[in-house]
Amino acid sequence: MSDEQVLELIEKYLNGEMSRVEKARFDILRKEDANIERRVQEHKQFTDLLKQYGERIELENRLNAIHDEIDVHTLKESLMAHPSWVVQLWRHHHSKISVAASVALFLIVSVLYLTGSFKDNSSQYVELKNKVDKLSRSNESNKSSINAIKNAIHLDKYTGTGTGFALTSDGLIATNYHVIQGADSVYIQNANGDSYKVEVLSADPQNDIAILKIIDQKFKGLGAIPYSFKKGESDLAEAISTYGYPGGRAEYHNGYLSSQSGLRGDSVRYQISIPINFGNSGGPLWDSKGNIIGITDAKQGQAEGEHFAIKSKYLLDAIHNIPADSLDDKVVLNKKSTLANLNEVQRVKKEREFVFMVKIYN
Amino acid sequence: MKNTAPTDSEVILGILNNSESALKKLYVAYFPMVLQLIINNNGNEDDAKDIYQEAIIVLYNKVKAGNFELSSKLKTYIYSICRRLWLKRLAQLNRYGGDIHDFQEHLPVDDEVELLNDRDIQFGKMQAALLLLGEPCKTIMEDFYIHNRSMQEICERFGYTNADNAKTQKYKCLQRLKKLFFQQK
Repeated sequence: MSDEQVLELIEKYLNGEMSRVEKARFDILRKEDANIERRVQEHKQFTDLLKQYGERIELENRLNAIHDEIDVHTLKESLMAHPSWVVQLWRHHHSKISVAASVALFLIVSVLYLTGSFKDNSSQYVELKNKVDKLSRSNESNKSSINAIKNAIHLDKYTGTGTGFALTSDGLIATNYHVIQGADSVYIQNANGDSYKVEVLSADPQNDIAILKIIDQKFKGLGAIPYSFKKGESDLAEAISTYGYPGGRAEYHNGYLSSQSGLRGDSVRYQISIPINFGNSGGPLWDSKGNIIGITDAKQGQAEGEHFAIKSKYLLDAIHNIPADSLDDKVVLNKKSTLANLNEVQRVKKEREFVFMVKIYN
Repeated sequence: MKNTAPTDSEVILGILNNSESALKKLYVAYFPMVLQLIINNNGNEDDAKDIYQEAIIVLYNKVKAGNFELSSKLKTYIYSICRRLWLKRLAQLNRYGGDIHDFQEHLPVDDEVELLNDRDIQFGKMQAALLLLGEPCKTIMEDFYIHNRSMQEICERFGYTNADNAKTQKYKCLQRLKKLFFQQK
């Protein structure tokens, strides 16, 4: 018997379409052949599920039809927890109330002035001044105890911070020149809080780029760099993102490329519309495929959210111009981004491993 | 639409007898209560609709299966199921602040909610399998196994001239559907 015929028999049997003789014969078959028995069970389970699924869909349709007749919007209005009438009164009439209050205040002050209530209050003034003095003294003492607490927490007394990102897995880091300018020593710190000493390998003050090298004994190398470096110019309106350490805290931001030149036609920079802050300086600027297209520069920030980034071309030039004698090996940059097919969340998760807080000590 | 709540036994008898009007009365009577619960606990009206319908389905299936014992008021039962479902959803969405603003008394109903969840997973798989199956298989499967149409009707509908061809087609479709269903994790 073919599989198809077996199934036909099972269906006939389950649907009660067999004659009494046929059924009796099949019952015996079921008992004797475990294989047939198993198939009967399986088929019944599966078709029952299919049937129940059909019933569920039908029930859902019925419920949706009923639901569509309910005026949910009106119902919702009446069921929202409503604020008390005082709050409502204020919400609806606050401008009128404010004007009324100002007029009343003005009238009271005028009347007091005219009736001479403001004269001869010098003793009260002195008292008030003493109180203010007392408060400012206690404020002073609070300040010093807050500082004491701060110092206790931050034994690490760096004098400035910025952001930097890895160029190679053997520890070359890019940042802004103004971040490390005039520093006595520079350390970088990764997302796990591990700090490594770095030296400034080369600096390009004109384009505000600095290349650092990790020289710490405990540095074991980074993994393969996932992003690549774009040689050409990026287009207007390109979606961009950055990760950095404004205020010493890791933050991700995204935005778009708003101009292909910086202030007064500065062709070294892009203008970017992205909410970054001091401390983001020296950070990586990625396009949506995980290419480095620039170094964020928070220093020149102008209007709300309008900032600048040094184009990656000048970073590549700066790398090219590193004096050969200060390098052990030739710098080999990653050519192919492995991030192109990842979504934003997955991408940032990989990228952030290669972004550091740059700590300056003077 | 008048909101006179049906009596509990009216609802149960109505469900058992497939009464459309009883279902409607039930639905209309308690939806505001659930809407109130959801919109005042970080949800919107669409969430309320989803949760409420899930609860009605739980009740419906229980009544149909014949193992529904009303140990509390139906209203309390529905509220409790919705409350439980909504807490679960909030936790999944990471929106749960650890505090729920209640409007009714409620009972513990964990088991029933779990049961629904298992079945929903199976139905989800079936839905996906049917979609992947494509036409004409999907319609043949639905006609035969869900709507109980005869092979004769199916033959006519799809223009099969030969009943054997239709049978073979149905067999192939079923095999594929099973495969698609069980392949899913």
